[in-house]
Amino acid sequence: MDGSRSFQLTLRVERLAIARGTRTLFSDLSFDAAPGAFVALRGPNGVGKTSLLRALAGFLRPLSGRIAFAGADEPALALHLLGHRDGLKASLDARAHVRYWAGLLGGEPSAIEPALARVGLSAVADLPARVLSQGQGRRLSLARLLVAPRALWLLDEPSASLDAAGKALLASMIDEHCGQGGVVIAAAHEEFARAPTQTIVLA
Amino acid sequence: MSAVASVFKRELALAWRTGGPAAPVGFFLGATTLLPLAMGTDRALLQSAGPPLIWVTAALAALMTLERLFQADLEDGSLDQLLLGAAPMELIVLAKGAALWLAVGLPLAIAGAPAAIALQTPLAAVPAIVASLALGMAAFIGVGLIGAAVTAGVRRGGVLIALIVLPFFAPAIIFGAAVAGHGGFGAAFLMLAGCALGAVALGPVAAAAALRLQAE
Repeated sequence: MDGSRSFQLTLRVERLAIARGTRTLFSDLSFDAAPGAFVALRGPNGVGKTSLLRALAGFLRPLSGRIAFAGADEPALALHLLGHRDGLKASLDARAHVRYWAGLLGGEPSAIEPALARVGLSAVADLPARVLSQGQGRRLSLARLLVAPRALWLLDEPSASLDAAGKALLASMIDEHCGQGGVVIAAAHEEFARAPTQTIVLA
Repeated sequence: MSAVASVFKRELALAWRTGGPAAPVGFFLGATTLLPLAMGTDRALLQSAGPPLIWVTAALAALMTLERLFQADLEDGSLDQLLLGAAPMELIVLAKGAALWLAVGLPLAIAGAPAAIALQTPLAAVPAIVASLALGMAAFIGVGLIGAAVTAGVRRGGVLIALIVLPFFAPAIIFGAAVAGHGGFGAAFLMLAGCALGAVALGPVAAAAALRLQAE
């Protein structure tokens, strides 16, 4: 991994309100995330954590308020979204997925093998995604974050189905990313192995 | 490698792993070989009925491939990644359409040759039929991208795609069957090429807009 990389992205959310259908999930949400910030999103099921992440990714149009990216010309190219669904194709092998993400998301081919090794999938890189376990599929998704360097990581329940070693891996990845000036915003119910720099409780 | 090339390669690999053109080409050849069996040996009847039958069957075969085109990406989360890709969504959709044309459209066009021969078409007319089918497939897929994108979130959206897309297949079918019927690279062929160009230019733009809404 390139330890010298440094991201310069500041996220500013001002008086954000998000609705799904006719129901307003939350309103008047404001926060800043400076380079190196690790923001934990908390709140009960259905409160709008996923919707907030999808709004930050630019998929969901907010009801009102503003999301501003300082230090990024094209927000969609400055962020990773790790959702509930891993985006895996059953018939393609693990390495093909990472190679595809590197091409699609603007990563370097030289980062493919290190990313597979980091998430512990080198030994199964030639197996189709169909035979990977749930946890291995999640690890494969994590490789996406490594193969294409992007400043903002939006993680939705990232530790779901990860084992203890996987959770430690996730914590070290977040740690490293924040150390490079990256921003991580993660929704989760359980505690992270790495303490967040700020916590936002949606209610 | 660029984002568009990556999508194109992945779509080809996926098409190959999931059977490639086998199902639509099998359907096309099966249907067009059954027709002469059902219609009897009247050579004149087969010659006049052949081109329309080839085109309608080819349109239905193209329709078969459209249902899962974006639905699978929406369901497994790949669509989110496409929207975050380092290329405009319109070009990414175009890459998917081009891969589908290469994996299914072109084999279907080539399968038009044995189908035309089975329907007693003169051998001299076969090259024009294959070339026009290749263009027709581009027109079908271009329009089909829109139907596939709009219905991506609909379970069993195949019928809905047919309802949306089939009316827009009409121009390509009219000119395509005319090429096949009168055998030649004349005005009808140029009109068909125009249909294909229009569909390939507009389809990805409309489909990309629909897919952005699907991601909400």
